[in-house]
Amino acid sequence: MEYELVVGLEVHCQLNTTTKAFCGCSTEFGAPANTNVCPICLAMPGSLPVLNKRVLESAIKLGLATNSKIRKRSTFARKNYFYPDLPKGYQISQFEDPICYDGRVEFELDGKPMSVRLIRIHIEEDAGKSIHDIGTETYIDANRCGVPLLEIVSHPDIRSTKEASAYLQKLRQIVRWIGISDGNMEEGSLRCDANVSIRPKGSETFGTRTEIKNMNSFKNVENAILYEAERQKQVLESGGKIVQETRLWDVDKLETRPMRSKEEAHDYRYFPEPDLVAIEATEEFLAHIKAELPELPEVRRARFERDYKIPAYDAGVLTADRDLADYYEDVARVSGNAKAASNWVMGDVLRTLKEKMIDVKNFPIDAKRLGETIALVDKGVISNDIAKKQVFPAMMESSDAPSSIVESRGLAQVSDMGAIEQVVNEILSLNPSQLNSYKAGKKNLFGFFVGEAMKQMKGKANPQLINDILKRKLETI
Amino acid sequence: MSVSIKDVEYIATLARLSFPDAEKERLTAELNSILTYINKLNELDTSTIEPLDNMNERVNVLRDDVIRPSISNDEALSNAPDSQDRFFKVPKVISS
Repeated sequence: MEYELVVGLEVHCQLNTTTKAFCGCSTEFGAPANTNVCPICLAMPGSLPVLNKRVLESAIKLGLATNSKIRKRSTFARKNYFYPDLPKGYQISQFEDPICYDGRVEFELDGKPMSVRLIRIHIEEDAGKSIHDIGTETYIDANRCGVPLLEIVSHPDIRSTKEASAYLQKLRQIVRWIGISDGNMEEGSLRCDANVSIRPKGSETFGTRTEIKNMNSFKNVENAILYEAERQKQVLESGGKIVQETRLWDVDKLETRPMRSKEEAHDYRYFPEPDLVAIEATEEFLAHIKAELPELPEVRRARFERDYKIPAYDAGVLTADRDLADYYEDVARVSGNAKAASNWVMGDVLRTLKEKMIDVKNFPIDAKRLGETIALVDKGVISNDIAKKQVFPAMMESSDAPSSIVESRGLAQVSDMGAIEQVVNEILSLNPSQLNSYKAGKKNLFGFFVGEAMKQMKGKANPQLINDILKRKLETI
Repeated sequence: MSVSIKDVEYIATLARLSFPDAEKERLTAELNSILTYINKLNELDTSTIEPLDNMNERVNVLRDDVIRPSISNDEALSNAPDSQDRFFKVPKVISS
């Protein structure tokens, strides 16, 4: 029988605030164990949490960026469970009235528009870190206790591993773009659990699902879902039934295995958090956050296509990252040539960033200098070849303006007809055999003469002029 | 609605607590008397009243995202039954 995969994803996104969700402790990663802690995040009796304003703003920003509805009045709840890295014995979360609901993430997959609906986005706090692998005890570092998270829960709208991965990458792009998280999966800023089930193709009802945890890369998510779907298929085809359970992805064995039922025995007994007051998203507050929200990636991509007349693919690459999009737009503006700017950024700039493993923010050639370089080419001051092979590398090494590099290194293109004509005459007389062959019909030797002339002029001659003059000479000889 | 010894045992397990049998019986009786009281409240018609999520009527009590001093590692660990090398030390829990 042919089966259809059905997946919903729960993503935890760690916010990049300076302080924790409910206390003023630093969220800095890598601090010595148990030093970013205080009576509130250590759950000392009598301490009281107060919500970090930026956490609320970040949640609403993500809600707006995912076409979600923002709840007018939203409250916190306690999710009770016992684990030593959770000092309070409960996690502050949201339950019945999450801050955002009914959203939609739109993206493209293989050129086709896709949409995954969101059930909710809510605010919660992270737990601490347990270290099990030294000695016979467990060691607890509470630095991460109380670090703010947003949980983003999708509908089971995903039908393939590729869709799951594309959805996650879109989500990552959005959180980075709106500046609320670094979205790094490997470092745990984005964590993903998957609800996976299969059903006979064409069926309208859902099969029994399992929840897969512990996937810390896009590749792991794809592999884990694929494995789990295949496992479920084998269970069903051998007459078995799927057990609703939580399973862990084992990245070494490349398989999912059930969590022990003891680890799973959760009864969270949610109830309203009495220590925190309600959040009311007033029109004024929403307007203030909307004003801070940058133009979103999909909108900007469409604008790049329309205004700069660049292909959809190029617009997609240039808007993958907000810093890159800003850089491109600055280059386009300074150069006055959006198409050339796109070619440069997509080619030389991205290649160099990849080689040097840096991001565009730390790229030595700022948009102004690259834009000016393109303008120099367009004005005929230097050739495109000189720009790429001489000016661009020189700018990587110094902070000089392209015009002064051109001047100090004598790179200006020679457009002096007389000088070029003289060189053309020289190379024709220096290469009599090629000239004879050309006259005998080997017309492709034209390129050879152009190359020789260009070499003679150290690449600085205006190539169009060489062409014109050479053509005229060869016709009259 | 009433609770049985089984319910008490279940709640105790969730809280990682254990009680001698006599105490379980006492707790069962106490919980049942609390529930009797709550059931009494349930007799009131609250269909026209908005649920109260907090005794405090203020909303949007927020703080700026500004660091306030944490406590020292020594202070953090000072009430812990056991600690080592800056860490809280607890009986081994299975990794999940």
